Amino acid sequence: MPINYYLFLAIALFSIGVVGVLTRRNAIIIFMCIELMLNAVNLLLVAFSKMHYNQAAATAIPVANPGIDGQLFVFFIMVAAAAEVSVGLAIIVMLYRNIHSVDINFLNRLKH
Amino acid sequence: MNALFVSAILGVLLMLSSLFIKDRNYIHALALAGLAVLFAINLAEFDGWLLFEMDLSGMLRFDRYALVMNAIGLASFFFYLLLSGSAMEKVGPHHADYLALLFFICAGLFMVTGFESLLILFLGIEVVSIPLYILTGSDKRNLKSNEAALKYFLLGSFSTGLLLLGIAFFYGARGNFMATVSVDPTVVGSSLQLAAVLLLLFAMSFKVSVAPFHFWTPDVYDGAPTVFTSFMATIVKVALFAAFVRLFEDTFSLQFSLWQPWVAGFVVVTLLIGNLTAVFQQSVKRMLAYSSIAQAGFMLLAVYTINGDSKEGLLLYAASYSLATIGIFAVLVYLQDHTFEGFNGLAKKQPIVAASLVIFSLSLAGIPLTGGFLAKLFMIKAALAYQPWLAIVSVVMAVVSVFYYFRLIQAMYFRKDAQSISIEFPKSFPIGLLVTALIVVLLGIFPEAILGLLYF
Repeated sequence: MPINYYLFLAIALFSIGVVGVLTRRNAIIIFMCIELMLNAVNLLLVAFSKMHYNQAAATAIPVANPGIDGQLFVFFIMVAAAAEVSVGLAIIVMLYRNIHSVDINFLNRLKH
Repeated sequence: MNALFVSAILGVLLMLSSLFIKDRNYIHALALAGLAVLFAINLAEFDGWLLFEMDLSGMLRFDRYALVMNAIGLASFFFYLLLSGSAMEKVGPHHADYLALLFFICAGLFMVTGFESLLILFLGIEVVSIPLYILTGSDKRNLKSNEAALKYFLLGSFSTGLLLLGIAFFYGARGNFMATVSVDPTVVGSSLQLAAVLLLLFAMSFKVSVAPFHFWTPDVYDGAPTVFTSFMATIVKVALFAAFVRLFEDTFSLQFSLWQPWVAGFVVVTLLIGNLTAVFQQSVKRMLAYSSIAQAGFMLLAVYTINGDSKEGLLLYAASYSLATIGIFAVLVYLQDHTFEGFNGLAKKQPIVAASLVIFSLSLAGIPLTGGFLAKLFMIKAALAYQPWLAIVSVVMAVVSVFYYFRLIQAMYFRKDAQSISIEFPKSFPIGLLVTALIVVLLGIFPEAILGLLYF
């Protein structure tokens, strides 16, 4: 399967995430859309990793572990995303305790 | 490189210290001692003297520039702790935890200034950002702090998403994450590579709050507890700029013609928005937030003009801007009224504090004999070599900035205090502030003190 399909799928997922962040008003849903963006990037990295592996295999130039660092990066993204989730949900819970809502339209105190 | 590990270890130590040490002053002293050790380790590395060797597999490279940047960051951190460390008690009871988070951020900053692989850049930015989200929201009962934390968190992780997509495209084009120039003709002009350049440019602009990606900055800086705003606006921002310059100079120098016009546009927009909005602010804290955007415009000139002048200018800028802003914020923490009126008549009550504030304001405005002047001079001189009109815009905007910095001086010296609330500073505070101010002046007279470190 050519790389293009993966590329389009990943970009579509990423765009859905971006549109979600820009249009939704619920903090949790915005957060989910951000996670969707990160996972689109994960998919893209894995696809590119496979692509570089195939390219290296085709040219027969000896490269040590072609395409492996893309997959390594995915694990780092997962770990960072998990850390972000724990902090982010804590912030959202803290906000919910104070205003009993997670609607970001309430967040306009700093404008005045 | 040793400093990175030691600072992470110090963070863990401080986190655990609250279990055993009940007196806050001891924890504070421990943090200051730790910073002194970090500084010594960092200085020792200039001569290649290492505590322990480590194989970094080419992922991190601490060249002279990164080491000088780290030294400046550590020195600013030291003065920050000295001046506003005790003010952290006002935020909440978790003094040791705040200090621990600050040391973790410090470890992230070392990663960011010394990265050689985009993996480290990403990890460094995350290690910096996540503790900052927590610190922004550390005033848990305060709705403004909550709101700032949520905004910072959502927009920060959004920009991380952009950064990651950029890195993924970068990987697609090159097959590795190394931040080096690729002369491979299939890479240089490939559309993946060009998309990567633009996405990384936007994401980094987000992180250093360059207009038009600055909209989160005033709200977050205003809502966060003042002590932590001070850290965010100075040490963190400056180190991220070092990463910005390093990324675009080392990695994307062949795509120069693509991103340079964008950066020029960002410089102009940032200078205009930052300076013109700062003029109309009533709150000094918010004014400083916009002023930090305006100063980011000047620092962005170092990304635009990739040459020795602007890189040296960025170092001077880092030192003088960090110290001056930390100084003003340190005073602001102790004032009840954060508007300009809160500073009325300060010169009569606290002459030393007021005199130091004058020096900080002059330095931020770029008046000769202060570090800020030379820093701006370096930047504008570098810009002159590329685009004269950009230098002219910068000079005009520097003149505009004089207006709002001088409002602070005017309030302190020429306005009478309506309600005479006495302001209590800790005993040693004015002296610490004066020393900081003296360093800002000395930077303006002997810039080679810092720049010399680059070469000898």
